[in-house]
Amino acid sequence: MGADLISKNDGPDCEDSMDQEELKKQKERWSQTTLKAFVSKTPERQTKFLTASSEAVEPLYTPLDAGSDEYCLSQGFPGQYPFTRGIYPNMYRGRLWTMRQYAGFGTAQQSNERYKYLLANGQTGLSVAFDLPTQIGYDSSQSLAEGEVGKVGVAIDSLFDMEILFGGIPLDQVSTSMTINAPAGVLLAMYLAVALKQGVPCTELRGTIQNDILKEYVARGTYIFPPKPSMRLIVDTLAFCTREMPKWNPISISGYHIREAGSTAVQEVAFTLADGIAYCQAAQKAGMEIDAFAPQLSFFFSAHNDLLEEVAKFRAARRLWARIMKEKFQAKDPRSMMLRFHTQTAGSTLTAQQADNNIVRVAIQALAAVLGGTQSLHTNSRDEALALPAEKSVQIALRTQQLIAHESGVTNTCDPLAGSYYIETMTDRIEQEAQAYLDRIEDMGGMVEAIEAGFVQKEIQGSAYRYQKSIEDSSLVIVGVNKFQVKEEPPRDLLKVDPALRQIQIDKIRQIKATRDNAGVGAALDRLEQTAKGVENIMPSLVDAVKEYATLGEICDVLRRVFGEYRQQVIF
Amino acid sequence: MEKQEIRILIAKVGLDGHDRGAKFIAQALRDRGYEVIYTGIRQTPEDVAKIAIQEDVAFVGLSLLSGAHNQLFPRVVAELKKAGAEDIVVFGGGVIPADDIPFLQSQGIREIFTPGTTTDQMEEFIQRILAERA
Repeated sequence: MGADLISKNDGPDCEDSMDQEELKKQKERWSQTTLKAFVSKTPERQTKFLTASSEAVEPLYTPLDAGSDEYCLSQGFPGQYPFTRGIYPNMYRGRLWTMRQYAGFGTAQQSNERYKYLLANGQTGLSVAFDLPTQIGYDSSQSLAEGEVGKVGVAIDSLFDMEILFGGIPLDQVSTSMTINAPAGVLLAMYLAVALKQGVPCTELRGTIQNDILKEYVARGTYIFPPKPSMRLIVDTLAFCTREMPKWNPISISGYHIREAGSTAVQEVAFTLADGIAYCQAAQKAGMEIDAFAPQLSFFFSAHNDLLEEVAKFRAARRLWARIMKEKFQAKDPRSMMLRFHTQTAGSTLTAQQADNNIVRVAIQALAAVLGGTQSLHTNSRDEALALPAEKSVQIALRTQQLIAHESGVTNTCDPLAGSYYIETMTDRIEQEAQAYLDRIEDMGGMVEAIEAGFVQKEIQGSAYRYQKSIEDSSLVIVGVNKFQVKEEPPRDLLKVDPALRQIQIDKIRQIKATRDNAGVGAALDRLEQTAKGVENIMPSLVDAVKEYATLGEICDVLRRVFGEYRQQVIF
Repeated sequence: MEKQEIRILIAKVGLDGHDRGAKFIAQALRDRGYEVIYTGIRQTPEDVAKIAIQEDVAFVGLSLLSGAHNQLFPRVVAELKKAGAEDIVVFGGGVIPADDIPFLQSQGIREIFTPGTTTDQMEEFIQRILAERA
């Protein structure tokens, strides 16, 4: 039947240099004849086709849709402004992305063993997951820590735990990412203290602290302090790192959690870059030059299900950030304009049903990240909708990256999907729609104000609701959930954290408090309180306090006293 | 009883900030006509019981994805009992392994909804309980 239709229609009368008008006519003709005739006999599967972010998708893209801008203006070359095609001139032909699996659970000892396992399996960077009490600045002994110790990450109460966590791992040879936000400065201080004990100078340390508080208010929830003192802590870590730790990323401006909270791809880009703009403005207000800190900013995005939309998203984010840095912030250093980013495959897309299907989902998402030019990548494990991943699952997840890197061939050239009419059209669209959000946020007075007004939260919530509704009414198919279901037994014997672990942590805290120089701790905490009340950079007093084995909870209590605590406004 | 007379509290206990599921359930039940209150994140079991009693709800739905459910869910039931409000029905959801469900049910949590549960299934549960009581 297909051949029959084709034979009835002439091919296009293509000249080599067909002008736009002619192309438009030809496309209209194709649409009215060939396509229409075909579809009238064999109707399409759906009345409308949407991306995972609910954007309409046309059956065909041509030069009419894409590349309205000059090639050099909109795309350029890899390693050059506006970095649409990647931030390095030869991308993965030079160095592959860093394969970095987010891990941590139980005690520092257990997590240390998992890190060594991952490094032995060819992982190239560490990524530390902390438990919730650590992320919110509570010691394991705090009553609010009940049930949470060691669950979603490793429990760190003092420098003593941190020394165990990195025992036998030379910190001058790995790069370490730490997912820590409200108390980021404290954990950074602990990392520094461990490095100094290993004889590694802080100028040699490579890694990242997430340190992105604004997305905690809208999406992730581990805030402690109100926005104003939180922004000050961030600016202090920025200033400290640019001065003392030139190879460290003092912030990872994160869209990942915004997407996980249910945003669309456009919202992910827009709200992340809006957060980035807010941090740049805060640093400038504190007297820092844009080119002094912007090269050390890094980003973190999600790789969701829609392969091509995600590739376009990464490209659009790179181009938009480059333009913002150059035009809005007048940056001169090209490194300030480079959007360097980590990617994690989207955890919220994993299904508890037919969990092995997640291996395939993750592979497609990871491919999107690589085709989109990521600098580092975490691939989720198949069992993460159920529990913490087992060792075997983590290995498959890491192998997925290694397969893409070494077997698929997509690493052989830069930005291989560029020039696809669809990819370019979507890159343009995502950039424009994200820009429209940025304009709205600017009109509201900036991101802090937009968050305080509840605007960002409402936008994300609306998208999340629509997405879930579309799964419930099956207009969005999730394999194994609303189609192709099977009867299956719930999985048993998942990795579990021993509830007795809290007692182990409490005993350790007791032991430290009995053996440390408590007068020294008191003096360091007093100095910290004075610094927190003043305007000086807080990092040196944090380093002093952790070196005295002040606990994380003691340090954060001082800061809570000075800064106050944030109370979430419930937007629903 | 009319749906709008049925009050449901959706609550986040513990330190977990994953509230996408809780907000969805809250909004979906509200869209079906129930009177729904959402607590926001980081509530203690005592907070939740207090709000439940103050708001005179018939149901409390607990959401937790951090793995602290075995410790925190039973405490909500205990707090309600302590205040003489054991008629409030407690259910839960989140990342909860099948192995934990019998324990939670033995502690007075009427139902545990695992990932993939639809709003229809949740409403069936609510209606079933109401029918039992009618």
